[in-house]
Amino acid sequence: MNNALIFISFSVFTSLVSFLLDRQKTILGFKKGFKMFKNIVVPFLNILILVSLLLFIVPPQMIVKYLGAGSGAIGFAIAAVVGSITLIPGFISYPIASGLLKQGASYSTVAVFMTTLMMVGVVTLPLEIKYFGKKVAIIRNILNLTVAIIIGLLIGIIL
Amino acid sequence: MTKKYFQKIKPYIWLASFAILSIVSFWFGFDPGKTIYQSFTKSFIEMITFIPFLFIIVGLFDVWFPKEKIEKHIGKDSGIKGILMVVILAMLQAGPLYGAFPVAYILYKKGASIKNIFIYLGAFSTLKIPMLGIEIGYLGLKFTLARTLIALPLFIAVGYFMEWYLKNRNFKVNEV
Repeated sequence: MNNALIFISFSVFTSLVSFLLDRQKTILGFKKGFKMFKNIVVPFLNILILVSLLLFIVPPQMIVKYLGAGSGAIGFAIAAVVGSITLIPGFISYPIASGLLKQGASYSTVAVFMTTLMMVGVVTLPLEIKYFGKKVAIIRNILNLTVAIIIGLLIGIIL
Repeated sequence: MTKKYFQKIKPYIWLASFAILSIVSFWFGFDPGKTIYQSFTKSFIEMITFIPFLFIIVGLFDVWFPKEKIEKHIGKDSGIKGILMVVILAMLQAGPLYGAFPVAYILYKKGASIKNIFIYLGAFSTLKIPMLGIEIGYLGLKFTLARTLIALPLFIAVGYFMEWYLKNRNFKVNEV
């Protein structure tokens, strides 16, 4: 609920400032925002259904066992590998991550999963090679994997 | 004709079957169905209380800070200002990482430094505003802030490393 409050107050504030500065631009912004929302809402609902189903099928004890605080290096490694290989858009992966946290996964595991998802792309590597060449693409992915692991470890220490 | 029609209703099939199965579950008192429905409602409320507002913010950002305008200002400046510009440009984008490669090519064409190209990719993957919004909504402000503040210096370091490593190695970005 707290989060919703942040978003509502921030969007009201920016809308107000924007409206005072330029009425037409503001309306155009609303239209653009609404269009993006419209494009995303049905796939989003489908994902929420899928996540609800998965959280029912996969028992919380299993998530705690493999991805929880006590899972140690293995859970962390599973998250890093899955995150690096799969290609899941953010608006799908965040509900999953939040579900994992609620079911007992540790912060560092979720952080490394999210970061590898965003920064490392094994599936898109062939495409990346076309742009940057083999060596550069592979180095970039290895460096980003390292960065993601550092982020995960530090988040585990902080939170 | 039927194929086209199917494509059109395809996104709604899940939703429709979920609605029907939920109603059936409640009708016959099928507990797993009820539990799944309740878990869905919870996540739906979680989503609907912030996503529409997020898109208001994103839409306004889009009209006030058009990407094309910022792209124009990114050139050979590789000082702090250059870094700041590529990070801001990356923050305004949306979409998956492979969508960033064509922009990296544009940056390369415009004479951006190697460092800034890789800082752009780093910022693109971790700092996009719409994604930050969703992240705050789902994982909380504290998590998002911690992750962002740790990631920022790290991918700037990656940029510096790449520049140092690739300086005399004929680095180029290809058009695909």
